[in-house]
Amino acid sequence: MTVFTVFFIIFLLTLMVITALAIVQTKNLFAAAMLSGIFSLMSAMIFFLLDAADVALTEAAVGAGISTVLFLGALALTAENERAGTAGRAAALAVVTVITAVLVYATFDMPRLGDPNAPAQLHVAPWYLEKTPEYIDVPNVVTAVLASFRGYDTLGETFVVFTAGIGVLFLLGKAPVGQPKVSPAMTFAGKTGLRHYQIPRVVGRLLIPFILLFALYVQFHGDYSPGGGFQAGVIVAASVVLYALLEGEEQARQALPAWLLRLMAATGPLIYGFTGVACMLLGGNFLDYSVLAHDPVHGQHYGILVIEAGVGVTVTGVLISIFHSFAARGAK
Amino acid sequence: MSVEAYHLAVLQVVVPLLSAPFVVLLRPRGLAWAAASAASAMAFAIAVSLTAGVLSGDEYRYAVGGWAAPYGIEIRVDALTSLLLLVVTGASLVALLAGRRSLDVDIDDARQPLFYGAWMLALAGLAGIVVSADAFNIFVFMEVSSLASYILIAAGPNRRALPATFKYLVMGTIGATFYLIGVGLIYMMTGTLNLADMAQRVHEVADQRPVLAAAGFIIVGLALKAAVFPLHAWLPNAYTYAPHAVTVFLAACATKVQIYVLLRFDFLVFQGNLPGHEFQFSHFLMPLALLAILLASGVAMMERNLKRLLAYSSVAQIGYIMLGVSLLSATGLSAGIIHIFNHALAKGALFLAVACLGMHIQGLRLGDLAGAAKRMPWTMAAFVIAGLSLIGIPGTAGFVSKWLLISAALAEGSLGIAVVAVVLIGSLMAVVYVWRVVEAAYFQSPQAGSPEGRHEAPPMLLVVTWAAVLGNVYFGLAPGLPIKLSQAAAASLLQHLP
Repeated sequence: MTVFTVFFIIFLLTLMVITALAIVQTKNLFAAAMLSGIFSLMSAMIFFLLDAADVALTEAAVGAGISTVLFLGALALTAENERAGTAGRAAALAVVTVITAVLVYATFDMPRLGDPNAPAQLHVAPWYLEKTPEYIDVPNVVTAVLASFRGYDTLGETFVVFTAGIGVLFLLGKAPVGQPKVSPAMTFAGKTGLRHYQIPRVVGRLLIPFILLFALYVQFHGDYSPGGGFQAGVIVAASVVLYALLEGEEQARQALPAWLLRLMAATGPLIYGFTGVACMLLGGNFLDYSVLAHDPVHGQHYGILVIEAGVGVTVTGVLISIFHSFAARGAK
Repeated sequence: MSVEAYHLAVLQVVVPLLSAPFVVLLRPRGLAWAAASAASAMAFAIAVSLTAGVLSGDEYRYAVGGWAAPYGIEIRVDALTSLLLLVVTGASLVALLAGRRSLDVDIDDARQPLFYGAWMLALAGLAGIVVSADAFNIFVFMEVSSLASYILIAAGPNRRALPATFKYLVMGTIGATFYLIGVGLIYMMTGTLNLADMAQRVHEVADQRPVLAAAGFIIVGLALKAAVFPLHAWLPNAYTYAPHAVTVFLAACATKVQIYVLLRFDFLVFQGNLPGHEFQFSHFLMPLALLAILLASGVAMMERNLKRLLAYSSVAQIGYIMLGVSLLSATGLSAGIIHIFNHALAKGALFLAVACLGMHIQGLRLGDLAGAAKRMPWTMAAFVIAGLSLIGIPGTAGFVSKWLLISAALAEGSLGIAVVAVVLIGSLMAVVYVWRVVEAAYFQSPQAGSPEGRHEAPPMLLVVTWAAVLGNVYFGLAPGLPIKLSQAAAASLLQHLP
């Protein structure tokens, strides 16, 4: 790592601290949502500089992209400014200070950044690097770890996404009490979207196929380069959000109806889970893809392909459902 | 061990987990409930056969994906695990069977599949935490179970369920984040996530500061999620405003699973490796446990809302569990662990009785209970017996854990006498708060205008309640199984101490 990179990282970290303080400071929730998007984008840059390209891609797509959209969706249902005067600020500040002090104390014996003799570099990690070509044979070791060696964790994370989707559908599915105070301009796209604005509409429509193509690339090229189901799902969802903005909520809902999204959200986790069950039925352990084909390495390839598809379907279905739930609530 | 038995450990998680998406898709009325109950019954059957296996001397170890630990994720079932699995799956099954009618009232038909799907996820998450032998995997399932239980609590009929859920969500997220920070620090110093492997490698770490900080973060984070006094602020309202069936399920097992992780992590990874840590642990926890028993019981004595009264009693009961653990002796530890089981029985039965009362009495403040014993004699009789078990009267399950706790404390000399005194005072306070409910229901005449005559809860609910009550009596008279499991669990935890 060059000196320049280190300086750039320090610069970014400083900006992140400033952004975080600004988020705490501002009373305007719209500004806070935007700033948190910026915060995520900067942390994505740092991840990239630290050579964690997969994490950077996820952070950029999820943290900076779709979460900001969802924040805005939530904002459309509430007031733009924070109500002042939360009690107990001093106590909270004291607790935060103590925790910071403990964290700083913990860093005193921390291995130096990039130290090749750090414990994290000497134990499990070299085994992954050495054995991935032999057992799984994909160039992107991150994919091998997350889809196979620790595939059970990723199964859990897929169900976390699914649970979040259930939660939003459950809570926002209840008929609202009283009329929400929403101005039509504040809701996402209203009924017509930007249909009357020709330039954004033409340019935007032109972009959508390319975004979808990129999503497919990220989905299926995850074995070779950064990417995989999580990121691809988010990108597909982003293209649908763009479509809803251009053509209106109604139109987007016709293209992908609610029942289909719900089916996708439920099918994705099932694809992942039943891949594991199939491995058991074929005589292996749960999620042991080696038994899926005659050649264990091919089995791993098939397994990873299928479970990544499951992840992609889940994330797409859940995120678009969440987006529609917020938008529908605002439109009423 | 046969091939099927070998897979049981992972099926304990997979069955409820994979049933969740199916349940969400079941639109016709009642079908989602039936599917969830069936999956829950299957999970309970798996837990029973795992327990039988553990009792006959098997230890289940399962390499998920076929990758051996520490490279892959390991699942393990031993005595402590199987005790917790019985509590978690049993509570879920009982609450689902009992709760159908009252949940039909609280949740509209269209949203029921989502609700029962979330229930399955909560069950799978809790079971996943319990069987996992991997620090990060525990976090993943913690996320699943926490998110799902927020949904379950937010389903409460009162609008105040939402702020209660939000408070739980914020506190629970802080707790989980603390846990994750701790695991991250340990990974930084050891390069592993498998708990047993971690225990070995922490031993070799020369620079202890990050490990110390990690121990702090993990203990405080888990204590927050387990509602260990004084970090219990989220618990009373969450239990009060949740639907009754959800309260039965979560009150019986959710905080106990966090205590389980705390015990696992602390005894396995920290106590043998950080000099003097076991005494810091016990000296830090014991005063908190004693305070929890006295203060939370005191609040329960003043409380007017029946569900919140029982919730504060839960905070006190968590104190008994932590008290037993903090004695750091074989008897003390097994007293704490057996109280996980016995308190789940007693509090589960009490909240089931509350669910019965809730079918006909709105509000559930003590004043509303006037005359309830005449209208619902079977329900109130169940409440009384479960209350006796909570207090710790001989012949009930609660007595067994109090007895073990007192004998463990007496072995400690003069400190032990103070501990025994607090346990006895706490039990007397429990007599007071249980009596307040009994007095309202049996001895106050009903308000004018309230309906006359008998009006019992639905038969299914009443039968399940009585089954839980009889469980309290059975495990009070024949406590062999939980005692055997908790003693084996205590012995296996203590073997890691230097």
